[in-house]
Order: sequence, then C-alpha cells, then structure tokens
Amino acid sequence: MLTNISHVLRACAQRNGAAAVVSARTYADFTTEASFEIKKCDIHKLDEAPATQVVMTRDEGLQYYRIMQTIRRMELKADQLYKQKIIRGFCHLYDGQEACAVGIEAGINLTDHLITAYRAHGYTYTRGGTVKEIMSELTGRRGGIAKGKGGSMHMYTKNFYGGNGIVGAQVPLGAGVALACKYQGKNELSVSLYGDGAANQGQIFETYNMAALWKLPAIFICENNRYGMGTPVERSAASTDYYKRGDYIPGLRVDGMDVLCVREATKFAADHCRAGKGPILMELQTYRYHGHSMSDPGVSYRTREEIQEVRGKSDPISLLKDRILSNNMASVEELKEIDVSVRKEIEDAAQFATTDPEPPLEELCNHIFKNDPPMEVRSTNPWIKLKSVS
Amino acid sequence: WLILDWFPYKMNMFQSVTSALDNTLASDPTAVIFGEDVAFGGVFRCTVGLRDKYGKDRVFNTPLCEQGIVGFGIGAAVAGATAIAEIQFADYIYPAFDQIVNEAAKYRYRSGNLFDCGSLTIRAPWGCVGHGSLYHSQSPEAFFAHCPGIKVVIPRSPVQAKGLLLACIADQNPCIFFEPKILYRAAVEQVPVEPYTLPLSQAEVLQEGSDVTVVAWGTQIHVMREVADMAQEKLGVSCELIDLQTILPWDVETICKSVVKTGRLLISHEAPITGGFAAEISSSVQEQCFLNLEAPISRVCGYDTPFPHIFEPFYIPDKWKCFDAIKKMINY
Repeated sequence: MLTNISHVLRACAQRNGAAAVVSARTYADFTTEASFEIKKCDIHKLDEAPATQVVMTRDEGLQYYRIMQTIRRMELKADQLYKQKIIRGFCHLYDGQEACAVGIEAGINLTDHLITAYRAHGYTYTRGGTVKEIMSELTGRRGGIAKGKGGSMHMYTKNFYGGNGIVGAQVPLGAGVALACKYQGKNELSVSLYGDGAANQGQIFETYNMAALWKLPAIFICENNRYGMGTPVERSAASTDYYKRGDYIPGLRVDGMDVLCVREATKFAADHCRAGKGPILMELQTYRYHGHSMSDPGVSYRTREEIQEVRGKSDPISLLKDRILSNNMASVEELKEIDVSVRKEIEDAAQFATTDPEPPLEELCNHIFKNDPPMEVRSTNPWIKLKSVS
Repeated sequence: WLILDWFPYKMNMFQSVTSALDNTLASDPTAVIFGEDVAFGGVFRCTVGLRDKYGKDRVFNTPLCEQGIVGFGIGAAVAGATAIAEIQFADYIYPAFDQIVNEAAKYRYRSGNLFDCGSLTIRAPWGCVGHGSLYHSQSPEAFFAHCPGIKVVIPRSPVQAKGLLLACIADQNPCIFFEPKILYRAAVEQVPVEPYTLPLSQAEVLQEGSDVTVVAWGTQIHVMREVADMAQEKLGVSCELIDLQTILPWDVETICKSVVKTGRLLISHEAPITGGFAAEISSSVQEQCFLNLEAPISRVCGYDTPFPHIFEPFYIPDKWKCFDAIKKMINY
C-alpha cells in the first residue's frame, strides 16, 4: 500500500514539474545499511591499515551515487560544449575519477581545506560549487564561480583553493594552509592533491620535508591515473610506488575506483592528522577516460581496449550501483530517477552557461592588486588608462 | 644538382624547427634533445621523427621538472655536449629561472672563462594563441632581458626560425629561443632543407620608410605589417618596420639609425607594458637620439594584468591600437 502512495506521489511530482526524488520510504522494502568488504590498502611506515569491513547506509549510497553521477554528466556535458566551441581554452575532464573526489569529501568535513591541480571540476562541485557556477565559469560568463575570469583551471570556493595551472605548485600552498590550520587550533586539516606527473616536481619533496619537520596536519594525495599527459608512469618515475615517495612520511595505497575504499582511507588519514601525528601520504590508483585535456584524444598512448576494460570492470559509478542494487538498498527506478534529475540539472546549467552574458569590460583590470581608491592601469598606449577596483 | 641541394620546401614553423634540429643532430654527434614529451614528437610536433632517426639516447623525455631539465642541460653543456632543452610552454619556465639566471648566465663569468655552458639552447613556445589564457600565453622575454650572460632570440617566420635556431645552437653562449606558438601552423614559407644561420644581435629592416620607425618581434611583426599598410593607405604615412629578432643583446645601432631618419618610434609587444622590453628600447633610444625625436616614443603593449582568459581580444595590442598610436604620433 505504501508503494502505491509513493507511485501516486511520484506521478504528482512529475506533473508539477518538481525535480525531487520521491523515494519509496518503505522501511520494510529496502535495507538501510549494509556491510561491505573492501580492498586492503598497502601501507608504508604505518602499523595498521584502514578497515576492510565498512558500513554504508542507504542515504549515503544514494548521496554518493548522485554526486558521482552529477560529476560524470557535468564532465560529459563539458565535452559536448567544448566540441561545439562554446567552451574554449583548456578543459581537463575528470570522468572516471569521480570516486576520488566523492570519497575524499566523505572522509573530511566541509570546514577542512582542499587544494588540487587543474583537473578540478569534480572537487569544485564536492566542495560546494553548483553545476551552474562551474559550467558558466567554463564558458567564461559572469555567473561563473570566478566571475568568468579564471576558466576551467581556476575555480575556487570556500575552503577550496583551486584549481591551479602550474603543475606541482599547489602542494607547498597546501602545506601552508596546513600550518594555518595547526596555528589556529580549530582541528582542521589540509588536503593537497597532485598527479603522478607532478610527483616528480622538486617542490613536492621540499613540501614533504617541511610538513614532516613541523608535524603539519596535511594529507598529501597523489591521484595516480597512470599517465602524466601522454607519458605512462613507468617512463617518468624511477619509483612508481608513489605512496612511498614521502620516505619518512607514512603512506597508503588505495583503490581509487572504489568510493568506499577512498572514504575509509581518507578517514584513516584524517584521524592520523587530527591526532597530531603529522602529515600522511595517500596514493589513489584511479583512471581517466578522457585524454589529458580536450585537445588530447587519449588513444595515442593507450589502447581503446584498456579504456573499455577499465570502464567495464572498475567504473566507480557502476561499482556503487551494483553494491546498492545487490544489497537491496534502493530500486532500479529510484536510481533512474536520480539519473533523470541529474540530467535535468546539467541541462539547465548548460543552458544558463550558454546564455549568460560575458563579464563586462570593466572587469578586465579589477582585482590585480588590493587598492583602496581605484587604481589606474596602463594599457596598450599612454592615452588609455583603465580603472582597477579591488 | 647544386640548385637541388638548396631547393626549398614549403614548411610551417614547427617543421622548420624540426629541420633545424635534424640538421644539428646529423652534423653534431654530441647534440642531444630532451624535454617533456619530445620523444613522440612534442606537443607542437617540433621533434617528430627525430627519435626514430637518431636513437633514444639522443632524443629523450624528461620527467615533469623544469628546474631539473635546465639544470641537467647546463651540466650536459658544461661537459661538452650540445644540449637542446625544451620547456613545454614559456609559462612553465619559472621553476628553471634560478638555474638560467644564477647558473647558466654566470658560468663563464664566475669561472674566469675556465668553464662555460655555451652549448646550451633552451626552446620554449611563446606568446598568445587565442585561447591560451593565463598559463599558455605568456611572453617572458623581459624577465630574461635583465640578465647579462644569456641570449634571448625570437623569430617571426619559418625561415627566420630555422636560421636563428641554428645560430643559437652554434653560438657559444647559453641561448633561450622563444617560438611564437600561434605561428607554428599558421606561418608557411619556402625553407631550405640544408642548414644555414642568420646573424644574432642583428635587427632586420623589413620595410623601408621615412616617417615612423616601428619595432616589434615574433607574432607582432605580422600585426605591424598590416598597421604599416593601413598607415600608408589612410594617413599617407610611410613606416619603417624593423624586426628586432634578438632581444638580448639587442641591435641598438639599427634602431637608432632608423630613428635618426624618421624621428618617431613605435614599439609593440604582447607582454605587459610596465617593465616590458619596449621600456628598455625606449630609454636607450631617447638617450641617443633625443634631438632627433619629433614625438614621444610610443609603446603599444599588453595591459598590466595577468594574461586574461576571456578578455584576450581586448588585452592584446591589436592593429587598431597601434594604428591609433601612429596617428597620434604623426599629429603630435
């Protein structure tokens, strides 16, 4: 009988155009939580590893599914818009790696701090940005999260420090944020992400040293998607055990395609930092379906078969979906509804991003410096001076 | 058959760079090329085919570490190899700034000519490209112009690119060779297959004129050519167009000789105006040719902002801004 009511409610919702997911809150029908066995993490200079038996509730499952699906659809939409030349410039897509962003966010709080490199759309979303803001930043419009002035690689929100173009430059920044956390004593920590290519940059090792020396609450995460642009890890790194590269910093190697694995490892790492034990390193083994950026087809350095294999066997969204369905935590229709509502959200955002006006020309010179009376900016010839307000 | 040896092929700029590197690897057994992704041909296809032809110990990839790449290059050059390092974008050259300025530039000086890294050449794609935004469009020549000990060279076309690059490689000083990335495919010329060099530190007068001297380099030359035509057509002003080619050490004489003739000077570049290289040219010229000047020296450059994402068409010193500057100079 309850299912009948929910069917009616669902029909009403659709007629009213509501995008809400009317789930059948029949406590008898679905399991509210289930226990899962996850892969054990490899550890370096640690006495114990994160738990291998974890619990996921129904709500958590649906939430992770929704967020991952949103990121996936958003990235695919960005791909489409790029091919239509509505998004220009550089666009580095995150599809395939959703479990990393969602798992990390599930293991920390929104009051913690995060910084990453240029493959940042997923993190912008998990850290509080809306799809609308992200897409209009990609198209360079005034509704964008950085007022349209940053583009794909420079998106920021509260406690999310970007979005950084120069490879490896964000890691020392992350350590600085960790120092501020420690100094202010609010029990917050800082998560600094970088890729397998960036792991060979000198400043990363300088950062490891400072973080370990001063016992900073910093989690360093290497998102190893096996390719630094077009170079596979074996050809660029003398040691591909990225979780051991911190040497004196304890490390974990985590299956980055399983959101629960990432969540458990992040929780473990966060506890380690909050207990004042200093920094910790995590290597997430993950994979990106697209090429390095939209100008890279992604198939000249790896085979289509490899991409298909990963998509078939380890796709993060499929993995989660199977877990939810096989443990009777939700129905197929429910997940389909989430898909539909996500699709609509993305469509609306894309529509907004395409029609929103570009930032006004006055914005060109704003925010170069912080200045009280507006500053004058010299331009291409001495007769034209522009105003900079900040 | 002599003519056939010199038979030029139609090449675009990246092909002319490949040709120059090919010539170097063929004639100089100590030459090595390294950088990020150069093995498969490079992200701009400048090194296509070289690894297959000359072997993987002469054309090899480095990991992602600019400071390491240049430091390594300096070492290889000091030991006697002809080291040609590629920095993937000029915007990424800053981690290597210390190595270039403190090590490469000062090696010969500090060792009293006992050691030098003259056989080092650093190549980097440079300049705006239409969609590059903050970190794929920068023109950092001004930072390096402030450093005695290195040479900075910027070509405007495939023929210049090959000749100047070979000159840089042959030159016994560490050189930075910036290649305008927007011209990689866009500029096509008949380029000789055989090696040839063009002189460094010599500016080239592309078009003689009597009213205004116009100085630019790289991509901006093509903009200024159009401006010169517009000035002739609409204002009846004859412009003398000079390509500076070598930024450091620059050809003061050619510019000054031209300014003495015309009395007006316009310098244009994409880099921000404050501290841009036009400031150096302007200052030197007014020192030497003060009484010959009919109007203040004009600089049409990029704005003093980071290279913008969406505002690029407004930021760059396009032909209208330059034309306007010429008009104001003529009517001064």
